[in-house]
Amino acid sequence: MSGEGKKFDRSVWTELMDAEQVDRSITRIAHEILENNKGGKKLAIVGIRTRGETLGQRIVSKIKEIDGVEIPFGVVDITLYRDDLGQGADQPVVQGTSIPFHVDDHKIVLVDDVLFTGRTIRAALDAIIDFGRPQAVQLAVLCDRGHRELPIRADYVGKNIPTEREQFVRVHLEDHDEEEGVFIHKSGK
Amino acid sequence: MNSELKHLLGIKGLGKEQVLALLDSADQFVDVNKRAVKKVPALRGKTIVNMFFEASTRTRMSFELAGKRLSADVINFGASSSSTSKGESLIDTALTIQSMSPDVVVMRHPASGACKLVADHLPETSVVNAGDGLHEHPTQALLDALCIRRKLGTLENLSVSFVGDALRSRVVRSNIYLLKLFGCRVRLVAPPTLAVTEFEGMGAEVFPDMKRGIEGADVVVSLRMKHEYQKDIYIPSLEEYSRLYCITEDRLRDYAPDCMVLAPGPIIRGTEIASDVADGPRSHIEEQVELGVAVRMAVLFLLATGADNKGRDSSSESGIKELVANEQ
Repeated sequence: MSGEGKKFDRSVWTELMDAEQVDRSITRIAHEILENNKGGKKLAIVGIRTRGETLGQRIVSKIKEIDGVEIPFGVVDITLYRDDLGQGADQPVVQGTSIPFHVDDHKIVLVDDVLFTGRTIRAALDAIIDFGRPQAVQLAVLCDRGHRELPIRADYVGKNIPTEREQFVRVHLEDHDEEEGVFIHKSGK
Repeated sequence: MNSELKHLLGIKGLGKEQVLALLDSADQFVDVNKRAVKKVPALRGKTIVNMFFEASTRTRMSFELAGKRLSADVINFGASSSSTSKGESLIDTALTIQSMSPDVVVMRHPASGACKLVADHLPETSVVNAGDGLHEHPTQALLDALCIRRKLGTLENLSVSFVGDALRSRVVRSNIYLLKLFGCRVRLVAPPTLAVTEFEGMGAEVFPDMKRGIEGADVVVSLRMKHEYQKDIYIPSLEEYSRLYCITEDRLRDYAPDCMVLAPGPIIRGTEIASDVADGPRSHIEEQVELGVAVRMAVLFLLATGADNKGRDSSSESGIKELVANEQ
């Protein structure tokens, strides 16, 4: 939840990627996924709610453009798997997971917008494993901002962003936000 | 989006938004209950105590299963096998349980208001009312609402009729509070001794005959005749009651041909509901049991992960995202 419905004051945010760069990154990631996996066979994409879902869908349609294959697509909601339940400021809202294919038979590419501490990915891995035993799980993110707290790395990265631990990074996507792009807060806090 | 809820003592006092948020959450747990692995780690390390001071099988099992599917540790405490039978007061029992630091206490008690009393004495613990006397049974009303919403698509402005022993039903009271939030028409059908005018003050209409009571209803709910209280003589005999008020397919076809049928259970075939209805396509009685687990998971999840539970940790990605959202 990165502040849907809240006003976005553009003047205090620096743009790191614009809509075109986001699109190019997604295209490149789609190519890399196909290259690494020698085509789309047995491949599936799973997006992490909310923006990972949108990015995942875009990767699915890119792969269809490139290779003509329709890759199975699912969504995970990590709420029930978070390690900070009961510690957050907001009441967590369960939004539902939908994985409409057999996890066991597939190589899954997990998709999220920002890779930071790695805790979201840990939760998503647990959620997926409750559905079965995938052949492999790979990770694609639009940006990697560092500061990992778990031994997790991405296989496909749109852009590496050097940040301070306390800085805020936001990914805006057309489907959720007014303007598309990746932004970092100017104040550094 | 949910405003904070510390206890669930009744539907009265809840807002429409809170009810809808609980039902939305329950819908997601219905999906979890259909997975091959029906367990999620959400309440790992939390403790839930089921304190049942009154006989109950399905509600206790439903709460127990709900807690276990959320990975909480669930302990059952039955009145007959406990110190209560040795004369300990309810508050002393509650304080003893409190010192074992449970996160949630689920409680059923024959006295109205008992859950509120315990909640007032347990500042550290969330209390869920699983039925207190003639007061409320909120999770049953929520699961009825979930069942209706999943079948009819909405709760707004429906016509819902309850047939049977309303007087001694806490379920009907919780249901009236809930349905009235959504502008529903609520009718009660029973002999005048069992559907008293008390209910008119709550916004329900009371009818002594089936035709006027269920005509055109979207939902007909069968309430159990409480045989165990029959010594109180509210009706001349169960046979006579059954002749006048049994929910039969013939009556439904004549008066409410499109209705769905619910029953909080246990059902007594032939007395309050006929087998052709209970086993027929209108009946959602079995689905209610299934949805009951999901509703209780939603309630336990909400209370055990509530925003006022302990400090905050901004080290996770989601924590940071929330901070960004708040900062705007």
